Amino acid sequence: MFVKIWQKRRIPLAWLLLSRQPVRLAIALAGIGFAGILMFMQLGFRDGLFDASVTIHRLFDADLVLASPRSMSSISMAGFPERRLIQTLADPEVSDVSPVHWNFVLWRNPETRTTRSILALGFEPSDPLLIDPMVQQQASYLQQKGRVLFDERSRSEFGPVADWFRKGKTVDSEVAGVSLRVAGLVQLGPSFGADGNMIVSRETFRSIIPGSSKGSIELGLIRLSAGSDPILVSKRLKKQLPNDVTIFTKKQFIEFEKNYWRSSTAIGFIFSLGAAMGFVVGCVIVYQILYGDVSDHLPEYATLMAMGYKLKDLLAVVAREGLLLALIGYLPAYAAGECLYALIRSSTKLPVAMEFDRALLVFSMILVMCLGSALLAMRKLADADPAEIF
Amino acid sequence: MDRQNTSPLINADGLCHSYGKGSMSRLVLENIQLQLNPGEVVLLTGPSGCGKTTLLTLIGALRSVQQGSLEVLGVSLRGANREQCRGVRSNIGMIFQGHNLLRCLTAEQNVQMGADLLPGTSYGARRAMAREWLRAVGLGDQMNKLPHDLSGGQKQRVAIARALAAKPKLLLADEPTAALDGRTGREVVELLQSLAKDQGCGVLMVTHDPRILDIADRLIQMEDGQLQEVNLSDPSG
Repeated sequence: MFVKIWQKRRIPLAWLLLSRQPVRLAIALAGIGFAGILMFMQLGFRDGLFDASVTIHRLFDADLVLASPRSMSSISMAGFPERRLIQTLADPEVSDVSPVHWNFVLWRNPETRTTRSILALGFEPSDPLLIDPMVQQQASYLQQKGRVLFDERSRSEFGPVADWFRKGKTVDSEVAGVSLRVAGLVQLGPSFGADGNMIVSRETFRSIIPGSSKGSIELGLIRLSAGSDPILVSKRLKKQLPNDVTIFTKKQFIEFEKNYWRSSTAIGFIFSLGAAMGFVVGCVIVYQILYGDVSDHLPEYATLMAMGYKLKDLLAVVAREGLLLALIGYLPAYAAGECLYALIRSSTKLPVAMEFDRALLVFSMILVMCLGSALLAMRKLADADPAEIF
Repeated sequence: MDRQNTSPLINADGLCHSYGKGSMSRLVLENIQLQLNPGEVVLLTGPSGCGKTTLLTLIGALRSVQQGSLEVLGVSLRGANREQCRGVRSNIGMIFQGHNLLRCLTAEQNVQMGADLLPGTSYGARRAMAREWLRAVGLGDQMNKLPHDLSGGQKQRVAIARALAAKPKLLLADEPTAALDGRTGREVVELLQSLAKDQGCGVLMVTHDPRILDIADRLIQMEDGQLQEVNLSDPSG
């Protein structure tokens, strides 16, 4: 076996063709790198924006989540009977639950007195809500009616709340005629649906949304005893509960929200299109390089054919050139992608990281790009007529 | 002597070739009779455009035979398929007007491209062979230079080494001295002749160069698509 491979070993013509023309190689690598960066950027933004739509979903301290089947996404949450959440406590593996209110209210900017829609979360201050310790530490402030925890990452249109609060100034605002006072700051982050967030007690929540009925909640957070399998329990509960509630595992709940933005907005399309553009640009560059390479070496290829090399051997040389370009070109693209993501994270606060799936996707795109271009460039080899070189 | 060594390498009988179709057709080769035996060096001369190169490409299995019969290395090329043509080609060494070396390969690697065509030899053996041939053409100290860094004569010698490295039975050379000055041309051709003789390899060389005619065993003149044997003892011929 080894001897056979050794016998088959030949001059690495593809590699030498590329490496002995450093300028052309550099252009090719720059082109592939550029296409790779473009794809990493667009796909990163896309996934990052989808991830940003679930900033709060991720923070919920829950294994399972109950919601109304009429809720389509975080911007259109419907209520369901709180009884259903209490019912789940009957399951031996459910350790405890927290009912949560979720709605949008008009927050009055304490400085300019204009109003803007903000997401309000209402919960029992004694219950766990988010895994963020800052919230749990300050939850007790909410026992007093009319106190809110304000998300300092909310957009600036809500007023200089965090700024004033840190300076020790009392920040008073008002929602639906009820006056509110900021009792603390938390860090959650805006999402697609909500420009800002605030957390209040259920009592305060009911006062600012007068229509809300007492026995109705928008979300039910369920925590299981240690070692339970959320999927198994969710299936069991699904059978027991009537169909006026939907049960998700936390992961499914996050996917449900992402899926809404993916399917009902243009974001996925726009960024996928951007990535496709990168792909096309890369294809054009690699094709140009390989086509130019074949054209430049046409007499040499013809000579090889006259010497007795098969057309197949020469096609394989071009294919290997494509493969090599893909392998060498991916490395700088990957490195640049990592740098780019670090830059995006620090400047936009979007949760973008180099995920294995995406790295693999971009690699396969680059591979397809290079091999496809090589395949097209091979057509030029048909022009290598050994009869013309004499 | 075995049959291989006595049967002619090239046997053309009534070979005709024309370019173009219908009334535009132009006959370039007319009723060619040619035989070339192993170890024989035959020079082909004639004014440009008389069809010498066409004849070479036909013999080299690079162009399909239209009319008449042409047998090269025992294979009838009329109606030969692609694989048969390739088989013939791999047993023919070709040397061109330009050196046609691969620019991205060193002298040694270029020669090895020829040796790589030999089946069943190890990489190491082929590499050793390539070096041996480069030494034989007097370029033992230039092995790692790219064609770019070699002189015209040196490049043509590398081309000769490459052609011979594939152990051909027949060498076709198309004006190998065209790009060289008189003395270098003479050296290259002498080298070519002596190496070919050592290998028992037949040589068919097209040339315009009157200074190298004396290396030929036979001299053939071509005019208007027809061949005419020239008597070597009569230089005015």
